[in-house]
Amino acid sequence: MKISENWLREWVNPDISSDDLVAQITLAGLEVDEVLPVASEFSGVVVGEILGAEPHPNADKLQVCQVSDGVETFQVVCGAPNARPGIKIPFAKIGAVLGADFKIKKAKLRQVESFGMLCSASELGLSDDHDGIMELPANVKTGEDFRAFLGLDDQIIDVDLTPNRSDCLSIAGLAREVGVLNKVDVTPVEVTAANVAIDDVFPVRVDAADACPRYLGRVVRGVDVTAQTPLWMVEKLRRSGVRSIDPIVDITNYVMLELGQPMHAFDLANLSGSIVVRMASQGEKIVLLDGQEITLRDDTLVIADEKAPLAIAGVMGGEGSGVNDKTQDIFLESAFFTPLSLAGKARSYGLHTDSSHRFERGVDATLQERAIERATALVVEIAGGQVGPITHAVNEASLPEAALVTLRRKKLDQYLAMSIDKDLVTDILTRLGLEMVEVTDEAWMTKAPSHRFDIAIEADLIEEVARIYGYDNLPSSMPQAAVNFTPLSESKTQIQVLRWILVSQGYQEAVTYSFIDPVLSKQFLPNIEPVPLANPISADMGVMRPSLVPGLVKAYLYNQNRQQSRVRLFETGRRFIGSVEALADLDQQQQVAGLIAGARHAEAWYHGSEKVDFYDLKAHVEALFALNDGGKPTYERSSCEFLHPGRSADIFLDGRFVGLIGELHPQLSKTLGANQPIYVFDIALNAVLNATLPEYKAVSRFPEVRRDLALLVDRSVPVSELERVISATAGDALKNVLVFDVYQGQGIDDTKKSVALGLTWQHPSHTLSDEEVNNSVEQTVAALSEQLGAVVRG
Amino acid sequence: MENLKQILADALSAVAASESESALDDVRVHYLGKKGALTALLKQLGNVSAEDRPKFGQMVNEAKDQVQEKITERKASLAKAALDAKLATETIDISLSGKGQEVGGLHPVTRTMERIETFFRGIGFDVASGPEIEDDYHNFEALNIPAHHPARAMQDTFYFNPSTVLRTHTSPVQVRTMETTQPPIRIICPGRVYRCDSDQTHTPMFHQVEGLLIDENISFADLKGILQQFLNVFFEDDLKVRFRPSYFPFTEPSIEVDIMRTNSKGEESWLEVLGCGMVHPKVLEMSGIDSEKYTGFAFGMGVERFAMLRYKVDDLRMFFENDLRFLKQFK
Repeated sequence: MKISENWLREWVNPDISSDDLVAQITLAGLEVDEVLPVASEFSGVVVGEILGAEPHPNADKLQVCQVSDGVETFQVVCGAPNARPGIKIPFAKIGAVLGADFKIKKAKLRQVESFGMLCSASELGLSDDHDGIMELPANVKTGEDFRAFLGLDDQIIDVDLTPNRSDCLSIAGLAREVGVLNKVDVTPVEVTAANVAIDDVFPVRVDAADACPRYLGRVVRGVDVTAQTPLWMVEKLRRSGVRSIDPIVDITNYVMLELGQPMHAFDLANLSGSIVVRMASQGEKIVLLDGQEITLRDDTLVIADEKAPLAIAGVMGGEGSGVNDKTQDIFLESAFFTPLSLAGKARSYGLHTDSSHRFERGVDATLQERAIERATALVVEIAGGQVGPITHAVNEASLPEAALVTLRRKKLDQYLAMSIDKDLVTDILTRLGLEMVEVTDEAWMTKAPSHRFDIAIEADLIEEVARIYGYDNLPSSMPQAAVNFTPLSESKTQIQVLRWILVSQGYQEAVTYSFIDPVLSKQFLPNIEPVPLANPISADMGVMRPSLVPGLVKAYLYNQNRQQSRVRLFETGRRFIGSVEALADLDQQQQVAGLIAGARHAEAWYHGSEKVDFYDLKAHVEALFALNDGGKPTYERSSCEFLHPGRSADIFLDGRFVGLIGELHPQLSKTLGANQPIYVFDIALNAVLNATLPEYKAVSRFPEVRRDLALLVDRSVPVSELERVISATAGDALKNVLVFDVYQGQGIDDTKKSVALGLTWQHPSHTLSDEEVNNSVEQTVAALSEQLGAVVRG
Repeated sequence: MENLKQILADALSAVAASESESALDDVRVHYLGKKGALTALLKQLGNVSAEDRPKFGQMVNEAKDQVQEKITERKASLAKAALDAKLATETIDISLSGKGQEVGGLHPVTRTMERIETFFRGIGFDVASGPEIEDDYHNFEALNIPAHHPARAMQDTFYFNPSTVLRTHTSPVQVRTMETTQPPIRIICPGRVYRCDSDQTHTPMFHQVEGLLIDENISFADLKGILQQFLNVFFEDDLKVRFRPSYFPFTEPSIEVDIMRTNSKGEESWLEVLGCGMVHPKVLEMSGIDSEKYTGFAFGMGVERFAMLRYKVDDLRMFFENDLRFLKQFK
């Protein structure tokens, strides 16, 4: 909410500087967003009067004006079409300064001398309006300093109020708060009941009394809507960011800003029968002030007459029933709508108004009469008219009750870790408007004022005392509670360790969005229906990612397009598979995924630039599993749609599918615009977080024996099969099997490959004899031949 | 006698002149061998008077020892020279880079999150996590934000359907913890959160670390103490910190924490870095915790904001572009 500091100081004027006032309001929890000047810096501008205006002899669009500053008359050339004799205007005299570098000097425009400038509102930083020069009221004294006349040595304070403090959405409310903080009196505007001159009433019927416990209406006949809104009011409205429209609308806005009560004025001639406050019928239509047609739902409170809805209650008036330039008689509305009945309604129609903002958060339920009297007085003062009596429609039962809240000394002291003096607490609460029902050494029994409907429980009072006492004045300590440390687990790998394993392999960690383009999702996983957002930020962020891979591939492409050809990225985060209709079953598993592409090593002096392949990536995956106690993972050929069918694997741990590894499908890679093969993995995080607590086993003192085997087998036989058969047949003393060469090509049958293996035996309790080892080798070779057709190369 | 001196001098100069191990061997044989010149002198001992014999014998032996010693020295020196010469030929350019993988780096958000976690783990907080697609109850209702509460407008929410959202904060993890655990509770909840907002200073996804401490007699002073310490530790600085009243539906009193920043011109200004407060009694009760017996505080911070301050990043969106030229700066 924007307010003028001068306006606030009309109500409460503590002896502190503007800066201190702003800091004080902020530290009381009413955060000041910014402080703005009400006009640009200028000087030397006075109220001038145009005495004469003649066409410029040498220019069609210019006039030569004679302008008085009350003492002398000056010749001024002016281009504004509205410059004419008899009007008063802001007059920048020779020597005036407008803005930093704009000094007014004597000038010659098309051979005619000009002594000064007539100003538009925008040239003075008062508005964006530069349609001609600014016209001032006729009763202003010619020659008066323009800044002093408009009170421009003022600033706009923009307060960002939290939803609980709608009591401060007015000058009255802020003044109350400033009064409490400075212990100074507040001077509220004087409101007296209007002289009722006529008996005219317009009937009011409230059908929805729970939603509208109080509705006040009043007829004022014979108002002059062509009257000018006084400049002081226009200026105050402007400083609050409200544009002047006509005197009646301006007055309702003004009272809302001043007292906090949103109001509305109807053209009495357009009302039919009576005012009916009711819920809308489903599908009923209304055209609002801003011209848009709304189809109403039956959960919406409306102000209607006998024929049709006239306004969405507390939100916005209708087009047909408002004040217009032909209006003569008006019906003023000042009502209390309950926050709950209006909550979310404006938003649900895509609306948000100053009125709905206040009603949703809460308006003082006792304020309506004061507001309608204040508005009436202003109407009579500015637009004239004859006033009718106020019609009250009140449903006491649904009016909010003042909350009775008890603050216990024990709780206050415990919360704040200090004991604030009893009289000081009483004083703070009293100044805030709370009524002391009873005060003892143990407790304060209080009654909240009607404007502090946010106060309902003890914690609210603790907050109020703390806030006014000052958070910075409260003590600070470290909690003394005994700490029970959780045992330091070694059977869980910290996720940090996994990250560092990858970082030490040259990976950069990426963070990609959890939502991706549904098209991309389908390109990767055509058979998975990704979880769609109802209100995505944009179409290409429309669904939750079913895999981390598409995001990483996109990140790769981003870098490829920026000449980064060697890429290693990884990410940890959740993927989403399932349906929100079965939320408990929705898979939101944490994954670790990686991507590599380009040269194996950064280009350097000691090697060529060979590219990474499947086995580079597999080494990284194996490193992730290396700390794992859940057995070694096994790799089965994968049928994942986004991977190369011959260069990809599903990863299993104890028979459970835990992830994928492979080359991105070349077709997909090409479609996406990748210019080299991309390798990716995507593994369930929980599959690599189970660590082993190491347990020592005695180291054998006896020598190792190694024998190498060179085997010829069909190319289709995986090496893991050879290893499996060897492990099963080479005896208990077999310690290790390693593959030290794989060859296929020239020199051997083109359906075969040659695999060279090194087998190592070691016995825990004796030195193995040649015979023992030879037997093991023979058994192994026989089994390999029998089970896999392997032949020892001669 | 004269003869001995001459032989010794010849032997020593022969040793010094030897340029190889074999040449030294020849010198040794020539002077110290069975038929060597010094050995021959000993054999002549009989020709010396009985009176001079012991002295002469001793002189010859000393001469032999001296020659032997010089030979050993010379040998060592020759060996060292040979090794030095060999090593000299093996010299490499030590300015060339090492072989192998260069080391990558963590994302600045992760780095920041780990710093925050390290502090709070150190004072006994556990790390908890939870789902990101949340139900309305855990994201809003249980935090004292009923339907249509104006506070819902404070957070632009991503919806899947009217009762399912992308969590707007990590607070639902706190709720889930309170539902299953009785105090004392000390947890922090780091993770991704989502708001339907995207501009220069907002991304639709960002990271939070929220914390919760519930026990008997936890006060506002504890909250102030811990957070002040945390900020000093995180920023490695004795920061000016201010605690400012604010409003969150799930805490009361509610507080925003500002730190004093100084810009390059030396101008000071407050910058909001944290939201926190004493847990609202309703929130405790809704999750089955006795609000008469226990009090607690909660806090939440935006990780990106801390990362930006810490690493002087001035464009929030860089965090999610995954530009290697950006990421590689965080080593």
